Amino acid sequence: MAYPAQYRYTKEHEWVHAQGATATVGITDYAQHELGDVVFVELPKPGAKTEAGKSFGTVESVKAVSEIYAPASGEVLEANTVLADAPEKINQDPHGAAWLIKIRVANPAELNSLMDAAAYEAYIAGKAKDASA
Amino acid sequence: MHRRMGAKMVNFGGWDMPVEYPATGGLLAEHRAVRTGVGVFDVSHMGDIRIRSGRAPGGALTAVQHISMNDASQLAIGQAHYSAMLYPQGTFVDDVIVHRLGEDDYLLVINAGTREKDVAWVRQNTLAFDCTVENLSDDFTQLAIQGPRAEDVLRKLTDANLTAVRNYWFTHGAVCGLKHTLIARTGYTGEDGFEIYVPSDAATSEAVWNRVLEAGKEFGILPCGLGARNTLRLEAKMALYGHEISDCINVWEAGLDRFCKIEKGDFLGRAALLSAKAAGLTRTLVGLEMIERGIARDGYRVFDQGGAEIGVVTSGSPSPTLCKNIALAYVPPANSALGSVVLVEVRGQRLKAQVVSTPFYKRAKKAAAPAAVSPVARTA
Repeated sequence: MAYPAQYRYTKEHEWVHAQGATATVGITDYAQHELGDVVFVELPKPGAKTEAGKSFGTVESVKAVSEIYAPASGEVLEANTVLADAPEKINQDPHGAAWLIKIRVANPAELNSLMDAAAYEAYIAGKAKDASA
Repeated sequence: MHRRMGAKMVNFGGWDMPVEYPATGGLLAEHRAVRTGVGVFDVSHMGDIRIRSGRAPGGALTAVQHISMNDASQLAIGQAHYSAMLYPQGTFVDDVIVHRLGEDDYLLVINAGTREKDVAWVRQNTLAFDCTVENLSDDFTQLAIQGPRAEDVLRKLTDANLTAVRNYWFTHGAVCGLKHTLIARTGYTGEDGFEIYVPSDAATSEAVWNRVLEAGKEFGILPCGLGARNTLRLEAKMALYGHEISDCINVWEAGLDRFCKIEKGDFLGRAALLSAKAAGLTRTLVGLEMIERGIARDGYRVFDQGGAEIGVVTSGSPSPTLCKNIALAYVPPANSALGSVVLVEVRGQRLKAQVVSTPFYKRAKKAAAPAAVSPVARTA
C-alpha cells in the first residue's frame, strides 16, 4: 500500500494529514499489518485534548492492545464513530476511510518534525530488515 | 521455513515461533480453518521425556505415578491422558500428556517454556526408582494437524488406520515415508485432530510440513501460529502454563480435579492437596463473558460490584467462534456462580462481565450422517 505524499508520519506508526489548522490522524498500513485483525477501537470524545507524543486511544487486535499516540497537541474535533462497529476497516483502508480522529492543531509547526512519506518508508524498511536479521 | 511463508515471528519461551501467517489470512482465518476445516501448527517447541523401566518391570510406572497426578496404571499401551506434575505444595510444575508407549515405556509431552525445569524435575524425582529418563526434546518436531478435516488430510500421508485411533489414543505408522512415526489423536484446540512426532532435522521436518500443506490443500488447510493456538485453546478452556496454572496455583483452584486421582495412592503434591481440600478454596477458575464493550486481557484486575478487588484475569481475548469477548479469571467461590456479575478493570474503566459455563466452545459430537457444519465465526 502506498504512503500518501501529503501525509506526515510518526515513529509510532501514526499518520497525520494537515489541512489548515485541522489535522486528520490514523494508523499506517504497516501498523495495521503488524497488529493483525483489528477487533476493537477506543477513541476520545470531541472536546478532549491531545498532547503530542501522548496516548489518545487504543487499537486492539485479537492478540494485543496497542496505544495510539497523538502526532500533535490540540483538541479533538471528531472521532470516527464508524469504527466502533466496524473496526476491521482499519485493516482494509487504514490511510482513508479508517481515519481515527480529527484534531484542531494548537501549533501546526509541530508537524514539521515528523517524517515525510519517503523517510517513513525508509524507516519501516529498516525495521523489516531488523526483523529478518 | 515459516518466515518464507510470510509468518510473523515471536519469541516464546526462548523459541522463535510463528504467531500468525498474514500472507495466508492471519489469525482469524487460521482460527476458522481449525474450527471448520483443518489447520497445521508447528509445535516443535514442546518437549518430550521418555521414562522406561530399568532391569525389573514396573519401575517406569512407579516413577510416573510418583511425579504425575493422574493414574497411569489405567493407561493401556497406545493410550494417553492429560495430567500434571506437582510440587509438594500441590501447585504446578507443568501440565503434561502421558503416553504409554509400551509395557514399561512412557512418554511425557511437556511445555516449551518449562522444558529445562521439567527435565530436571523428572530426573531428580525419579532417582529412587528403577527407571531411565531420556530427554528427547531435541529429537522430535511435533506437528499438530487439527480440525474436522484433520483425519482426511493425514490419511493421505500415512498407512496407519486413523479411524481406529480414538481420542487420546495413538498409534505408530509410516508418515510421508517415515516409518514408525508416533501419531496421537490429541491436540490443544478443542477440535478433533492429530499430533505427529517426526525427526527434528530441518530437512525432514520441513519436508513433512510441506507435504501436510500440500495434502490439505483440497480441504483449505492453513498454516497456523501461536495466536490461533491461544484463541482456540481458550475457547476450549484448556490451561496454559503461567496463566491458568503455575507454581502458585493448586489443582483444585484450577478446576482440574478430574485429572487428579487422589485414590491411586501417594504422589508428589497429594498430601498438600488433601489439606487444601480440607481448608476449602479461596479462589476458583471461572469463565467470563464481557457484558460491556471491552476486551479483558491477561493480568487485568477483577472487582465485585461493591468495588472490592477480588481476582485477576489469567487469559482473555475476543472469541472468534462466539463473537464475544471471553476470559478466564480467578475469583472467590462466592463470586463464581453462573450468572454472577463481576467488574473487569480495562485501562481504568471497570466493565461488567458475567460468569458463564465453560468450556466456552465444545465441538459437536460426530453425527452419523455428514451434517452440514454451520460455523458461527464472523465472516468479516
